[in-house]
Amino acid sequence: MSPVIKKKKKNIQISPKTLLIILSLVCALMMGFTFQTSWFDGPLKQIVGAVVVPFQNGLSSVGIWMNEKAQELSDLREVLDENQQLKEQIDNLTIENSNLQQERYELNALRELYQLDETYKDYDKIGARVISSDSNNWFYTFVIDKGSKDGILVDANVMAGSGLVGRVIETGPDYAVVQSIISDNFNTSCTVLSTGDNLIVNGDLEMVMQNGSIRFEQLADDAEVAPGDKVVTSNISDKYLPGILVGYIGSINASSNNLTKTGTIVPAVDFEHLSEVLVITELKQQIPETVQESEEE
Amino acid sequence: MKKIIVTAVLLLICFLLQSSVFPAIALNGIVPNLLIILTASLGFMKGERSGLLIGFFCGLLLDIFGGGVIGFYALIYMYIGFINGKFHQIFYPEDIKLPLLLIFSSDLLYNFICYVFLFLLRGRLQFLFYLQHVILPEGIYTILISFLAYPLFLHLYRKLEDSDTRSAA
Repeated sequence: MSPVIKKKKKNIQISPKTLLIILSLVCALMMGFTFQTSWFDGPLKQIVGAVVVPFQNGLSSVGIWMNEKAQELSDLREVLDENQQLKEQIDNLTIENSNLQQERYELNALRELYQLDETYKDYDKIGARVISSDSNNWFYTFVIDKGSKDGILVDANVMAGSGLVGRVIETGPDYAVVQSIISDNFNTSCTVLSTGDNLIVNGDLEMVMQNGSIRFEQLADDAEVAPGDKVVTSNISDKYLPGILVGYIGSINASSNNLTKTGTIVPAVDFEHLSEVLVITELKQQIPETVQESEEE
Repeated sequence: MKKIIVTAVLLLICFLLQSSVFPAIALNGIVPNLLIILTASLGFMKGERSGLLIGFFCGLLLDIFGGGVIGFYALIYMYIGFINGKFHQIFYPEDIKLPLLLIFSSDLLYNFICYVFLFLLRGRLQFLFYLQHVILPEGIYTILISFLAYPLFLHLYRKLEDSDTRSAA
C-alpha cells in the first residue's frame, strides 16, 4: 500500500486506537448506567427484541427438530433391547397392579379422611416455550417466548412440571430472560419440608457439571434432616413464593465452622431437557414498597 | 456500504445460530463460541478497525440478551477483535495455522477473563476445575467449528472484495 493512499484513508476515518478508546468509554458509561439506572430496560431492548426474537422462535424449533432426529437414531437400538425386557416386566407388573388397585381404594378413603391439601396453592400460571439458551457456558440463563405483553414481570417465578426452575430477571415486550436455580450466581432461602428448618441454596457451576446437583448451606446443626427430604422455597424468601418444590436433599456434611451444615440438593427439574416452562404471574409481596406506599398515603 | 450490510446480516445470523441452534449440538453441556470465531476472523482478515467494531456489536447483542451488565461483553469482545487486528500484517489467507491458533487463543482469553471477573471475584477459587470443564473444552469445540466457519467467512469476504474492485475499476 503506498503512503499516499494511507494518508487519504486516515483523513476520512478515525484511527482504530481512537475508536477503541471512544468505544471503551462508551462501554464503561453503559456499565455505569446499568448499575445506577434502568435506562436500558426501555427502547434499546424493545428494538433488539423486535428484530431478534421472531428469528429465534423459528430457529429454535429447527434446533429442537435436529436434536430429536439425532436422538431418535441413537434411541432405536436401545429401544429394541428394552422392548424385550419390558415384555417380561409386564407380566410381573400385572400381578402387582391388581394388588395395588386394592390398596388404592384404601388410600382414597384415607385421603378424604385427612383432607390433604393440594401440593400447591393455585397460583395463576402461563405456559411459555424456551426459545434460546444462554450464549456462553458460564451461567444457566435462557430466554422464553412470552414477555411483558403477556403479563410477565421481572422476578416472576418460573416452574417446570412440579419443580422450581428459576425467576425472570429481565423482560421485553415478547420475550423474558430466566435465571435458573442451577446458575452459579443464584442464592435463595429454602425450607426442609419434613422438619421446617431453613437453609440457603446456592447454584454452583462446579457441582452442576459434576453431578447435576446444587449446594445448600447454613442448615442448623441440630436439624434432623435426612437425604431424600423435600426442600421447598421458604416463607422468608424475598423473591420466591413459598412452598414451591426445589429438590431433594442429596448429601449432608458438617460445615467447617461446626455450627451449621452444608450439603447438596438434587433439583426436581431436569435442566438438560427443558423445553416448556410455567411462569407464575403473581409476584411475592414486596414489603418495602407497600410500606412506602402506605406512608405516602 | 454493501460490506456493512453483509457484515450486519452475518453478525445477526451468527448470533441466532449461537443462541438458538448451537445449544442443540452441545457436547456434555459445552457450546462452541461462534461469535468469537466471527470477531477474531474479521479482526485478522480486515484489521483492527473492523475487528473492534464487530467485537463491540457482538458483545452488545450478548449483553442485551444475557440480562447482565450492559457493556461488559461488549468491552471484552471489542478488545479481542482489536488484538486480532494486530495480526492483520502477518496474515495470509492461504495459511490456516495462524487463524486457528488465533481463534483458539482468543477463546481461551475470553473465557479466562470471564472466569476472573464473574467467578474469581465472587470467591470461586477452583481455577483448575473451570479450566478443565469449561475453558479448554469450549476452546477445542470452537476450533472444530472454526474448521467449517472460518473458510466460509474467508470466502464471503473475498467475494465481497472482488466485487468491490470490479465496481471500482
